[in-house]
Amino acid sequence: MKPLLFILLLMPFLVIVEQAMAEQNIATLRSAEIAVEPEAPRLGNEENKDIKRKRNYPMQPPTIPHKTANYRIDLNSNKCLACHSRRQVDESQAPMVSVTHYMDRDGNFLAEVSPRRYFCNQCHVPQGDVKPLVENTFQDVDAILDNKNKK
Amino acid sequence: MLNKIKELWGTISSPSRYYSFGILIIAGFVAGVIFWGGFNTVLEATNTETFCISCHEMNDNVYQELKSTIHYTNRSGVRATCPDCHVPHDWTDKIARKMQASKEVWGKIFKTISTREKFLAKRKELAQHEWDRFKANDSLECRNCHDFEYMDFTRQGKRAEAAHSTGLAQGKKTCIDCHKGIAHELPDMAGVEGWQ
Ligand code: HEC
Ligand code: HEC
Ligand code: HEC
Repeated sequence: MKPLLFILLLMPFLVIVEQAMAEQNIATLRSAEIAVEPEAPRLGNEENKDIKRKRNYPMQPPTIPHKTANYRIDLNSNKCLACHSRRQVDESQAPMVSVTHYMDRDGNFLAEVSPRRYFCNQCHVPQGDVKPLVENTFQDVDAILDNKNKK
Repeated sequence: MLNKIKELWGTISSPSRYYSFGILIIAGFVAGVIFWGGFNTVLEATNTETFCISCHEMNDNVYQELKSTIHYTNRSGVRATCPDCHVPHDWTDKIARKMQASKEVWGKIFKTISTREKFLAKRKELAQHEWDRFKANDSLECRNCHDFEYMDFTRQGKRAEAAHSTGLAQGKKTCIDCHKGIAHELPDMAGVEGWQ
């Protein structure tokens, strides 16, 4: 009987928390009622300049400097590797994927891109010239060192 | 039986008894027009997307996949339908393609791709046929809409411009060499030139 009583006592608080979350839209990014089809947002123009962006830290996966709309990656085909794989770079003159992508997690080299690296857009994403949705306070390591030295 | 055939042949080969030469020519001409018109009407009717996707094999597989591509919806609202890419415009080529299609009717009757699984198992072979055809005719159907002469390279992406002004302009490559899978999902591309 005790646990049930505990839950019952907790109920009002849960409701309050839930409401607060709903107001801030934290629980879901879907802004419309579940049965309502919201208006489709306008698609931003993906950057297509083919100019590399700076990396914010040495291990950062490089961002994609071109459009990738309609590129398919599935069990049968991988459009990214059709240009960026070891065998294609002479033809495409695209940068080859890093050697780490040909290693399994124990550091053994493979003939093909490792399955754990196969889905490129898990780490690499195209860029758009848009206003950030949330404020970003990220500081480059150089900036942090500078600040420290000044002190 | 033999007598009857002989009799019929006699009628056909002897000169006309009742109708003048002129009437016969006109009658023959009219019959020809009707036959020809009917033939071409049927031909045109089979040359529409509605006809293509009246078979569930096409409706459930390739058509559904086409729907999410740029050749189905885009900002300009110009659409490519199945025959735009798969049937030549030129009359003789069209007839040749229709003769080939008799094999597809065979496939329909014997249900060679009647389920998604069967279709996927056969997809590489079917795709290869199309790639070979585009390769052989220098991607003629693509060029019916996308004319190289009128491509404004300054309006294209850098990579597009680089590829089009080299491989394509020199005639070493044709559209399908670089643009496979623009309208449907692809089969297993292992071993296909230019993939992985
Ligand atoms: C009925 C005319 C038509 C035919 C046939 C056709 N296309 Fe297209 N294609 C279009 C239109 C329209 C667009 C979209 C133009 C736009 O709005 O940007 C397009 C877009 C494209 C794009 C750009 C894709 C993108 O994501 O920007 C490629 C690549 C392409 N077509 C290749 C081909 C190839 C290869 C073939 C032959 C197999 C072909 N097309 C046949 C009309 C056609
Ligand atoms: C040597 C390879 C190659 C050949 C041959 C080729 N293309 Fe392309 N095409 C590309 C590349 C690379 C891109 C840009 C990359 C992307 O967006 O996928 C491109 C992009 C395009 C685009 C979109 C334009 C843009 O600015 O992105 C269209 C339309 C197109 N090609 C049509 C054709 C047609 C039609 C043919 C045949 C007449 C053809 N291509 C032949 C490689 C090629
Ligand atoms: C923009 C051109 C285009 C349009 C439109 C198009 N196709 Fe295709 N189709 C192709 C190309 C190119 C291939 C070769 C395989 C590939 O690259 O995807 C192909 C392959 C096929 C295949 C062989 C199996 C496969 O998927 O490879 C079938 C069947 C097919 N198309 C049917 C259709 C039907 C039905 C429609 C209309 C609903 C249609 N296609 C519309 C270009 C097109």
